[in-house]
Amino acid sequence: MKLDSKIPEGPLAEKWSKHKFNLKLVNPANKRKYEIIVVGTGLAGASAAASLAELGYNVKAFCFQDSPRRAHSIAAQGGINAAKNYRNDGDSIYRLFYDTIKGGDYRAREGNVYRLAEVSVDIIDQCVAQGVPFAREYGGLLDNRSFGGAQVSRTFYARGQTGQQLLLGAYSALNRQISNGKVKMYNRTEMLDVVVTDGKARGIITRNLITGKVEAHSAHAVLLCTGGYGNVFFLSTNAKGSNVTAAWRAHKKGALFGNPCFTQIHPTCIPVSGDHQSKLTLMSESLRNDGRVWVPKTARPGLKAKDAVNIPEAERDYFLERKYPSFGNLVPRDVASRNAKYACDEGKGVGSGLAVFLDFADAIKRDGKKIIEAKYGNLFDMYQQITGDNPYEVPMMIFPAVHYTMGGLWVDYNLSTTVPGLYALGEANFSDHGANRLGASALMQGLADGYFVIPYTIGDYLANIGWSDRISADHPAFKEALDNVQARVQKLLSIKGRKTVDQLHRELGLTMWDYCGMSRTEEGLRKAKARIQELRNEFWQNVNVLGSPNELNQELEKAGRVADFMELGELMVDDALHRSESCGGHFREESQTPDGEALRDDSKFAYVAAWEYTAENKAEVLHKEELRFENVKLTQRSYK
Amino acid sequence: MKITLKVWRQKDQSTKGQFRTYQLDHVSPDMSFLEMFDVLNNDLVLKGEDPIAFDHDCREGICGACSMFINGRPHGPLQTTTCQLHMRSFRDGETITVEPWRAKAFPVIKDLVVSRESFERIQQAGGYISVNTGGVPDANEIPIPKTNADKAFDAAACIQCGACVAACKNASAMLFVSAKISQLALLPQGQPERKVRAERMVAQMDKEGFGACTNTLACEAECPKGISVSNIARMNREYYSANLTSENI
Repeated sequence: MKLDSKIPEGPLAEKWSKHKFNLKLVNPANKRKYEIIVVGTGLAGASAAASLAELGYNVKAFCFQDSPRRAHSIAAQGGINAAKNYRNDGDSIYRLFYDTIKGGDYRAREGNVYRLAEVSVDIIDQCVAQGVPFAREYGGLLDNRSFGGAQVSRTFYARGQTGQQLLLGAYSALNRQISNGKVKMYNRTEMLDVVVTDGKARGIITRNLITGKVEAHSAHAVLLCTGGYGNVFFLSTNAKGSNVTAAWRAHKKGALFGNPCFTQIHPTCIPVSGDHQSKLTLMSESLRNDGRVWVPKTARPGLKAKDAVNIPEAERDYFLERKYPSFGNLVPRDVASRNAKYACDEGKGVGSGLAVFLDFADAIKRDGKKIIEAKYGNLFDMYQQITGDNPYEVPMMIFPAVHYTMGGLWVDYNLSTTVPGLYALGEANFSDHGANRLGASALMQGLADGYFVIPYTIGDYLANIGWSDRISADHPAFKEALDNVQARVQKLLSIKGRKTVDQLHRELGLTMWDYCGMSRTEEGLRKAKARIQELRNEFWQNVNVLGSPNELNQELEKAGRVADFMELGELMVDDALHRSESCGGHFREESQTPDGEALRDDSKFAYVAAWEYTAENKAEVLHKEELRFENVKLTQRSYK
Repeated sequence: MKITLKVWRQKDQSTKGQFRTYQLDHVSPDMSFLEMFDVLNNDLVLKGEDPIAFDHDCREGICGACSMFINGRPHGPLQTTTCQLHMRSFRDGETITVEPWRAKAFPVIKDLVVSRESFERIQQAGGYISVNTGGVPDANEIPIPKTNADKAFDAAACIQCGACVAACKNASAMLFVSAKISQLALLPQGQPERKVRAERMVAQMDKEGFGACTNTLACEAECPKGISVSNIARMNREYYSANLTSENI
């Protein structure tokens, strides 16, 4: 298989405009003859569904939650980048492009990243027009703040709830189209398979989570906007329901999976409190604007936050400020996480030993409590709620946690997977963040894909196939897929073993975290591979899923998702094994600079690893998309 | 900690429900309320008993999915969401009663899970500004006074969980509806549809079978996001003035 990224020729700044002109259009009167399925209603899905319906297409949208507004984009806190240069501090589209491609450790496509930076400015305009209440200054204009990996202030925000407000904007646009009858919304409905015939995506199979009814939906094109797969680690900052199922089923139907091992470990999360822990809570990166990260210079096992205030300045190691004087506490996430891990590995961790301090004492002294409260009040409250400590008085304790997956379904410049008619948007695709995503750029990418990319690129595909190129939901291919889905549900219910889904999921997560988490070695990855295979076998022999298929059955939902994580986990390990360089969040201990930074090997690994599923229990086949850099020079990433 | 849980169990919408009692002997004060349910459900599955269905997702207090009525109060004793409530807020040995939201417009689906589709239909009736993607003015073209933007944000912080309805003796949804109407009425972008929005959303709210407001302020007291009842006052003003000069109905 030859992977064609379809990046247009020509100068970087003209690629997207030129491409838009070259794409075919669908006549307004013909748009209503097409049906498009959108799975997932987060920023990418809601914005795509609304925008496509506005154009005149008929859209069916699906989410597993009881409302499209509950998709996990809602939990994004910090902000959204845009190259508006409202601060007059030297920002530009090119600078946002440059920061993002460098932040991704040169493992993303120049063309994609430049387009992202280019449309970023339109996103802010769009959201303001929808009534998104961004933070403003007294003069009435929009406020900005800075985020990791950048030296300009280009992040737009709505207190610590930016994702919520952006999603509510997209949700309102979606509601308008539901009310117009152009979008048919299916809540509490989960996609369980994609139907492919003659090499094209034709529709999906879903399960109604309340009645258990399994149904076929046919369409001209299918968009997967189903988010990331961080929950393969069991503990992550993702919502409990976030899962890989839609993407994984697409993968098994022929869509290649790009860079599966690229995982983002976010440095500022609330540490684990015990075995009962069900998820991890992020403390926004924006806190690093004012919070200072430190550990004691000499190890003090079990140090509590309330005793930390008594440790004199001279005995504290502000290790990010010390090692990275120019970016300080605002180094990118992979760098901050790795250094927190190093501090804990040296025995200097505080609390349980797996935590470092994030201290606001200096900021409160400098700006006053009121200003800090205005900026971060909701985050401080959340921290106190969860830990019982008051961060206005004592430092927060933080530790890295899985937050985002840069890997995902491989897509070309048009966001098309390797299955024609099947698209992947937002976190579900692999495209724009390379090996490490910078803060405030996930929201940007989700909305860029949904509002400003897919409405153009999908028209080209639809115009080419024509509206008659669709099969009905009664076609034997749908019947077969339907039967397969039902058989799998029955299989899960029939095992009646001795372990719960959560127990097996936790074991998978621990293995992934220990061997395929913040740092990876060949030896560890080999162990993980064997362990995951054992776990998968155990799952299919020993899982206990109670209840019936024809009711609200949350254990059954979880079981199906965990079964897919068991397969994905092994692919992540294979990908991490084969990429023996370090890059961004993928840190192979064998490949580091003398001072412990990720050491890339551009001569061997300047490519996207795209994996092809072949058959059950067979090794996947690796395809390489070489990355061409015509505008940026590949250098050792430095934030010193 | 030892905890006794009295939990509402109901097979489906058409079956009658009842309380079941569960003893938990190893509850950590650091557990969240939902983590306690995870532990209980894990034990139930191991014993071959049907686990308790409940809505939850983000577990960060923002998605609005979780919805337990705990000891007679939506989301329990603190003004927060159920997922952010921790067991340190309860006494060792305490008996805790857990029910679903109770309202005609929120039918029980199973155990502690209710349908909030009525809220969706209210949003669809007018909770938006009619702009298409593209062709909008520059974000800084229309300055918005900070105080208005902040007030709009305060209203927009609603997470659509339904605690206001569950708290209200009339099962009124006015706090929820007024939050959306207020957010958009406070912003210049919301002006063109200001009247019709208030009319349509209120009409849909009534149609769904929510009760009227009798100013007990229970909604504000229980709202996990601190949405103010002043939004209800604003909604009433919006609605009356829209009615008086209606071009619509």
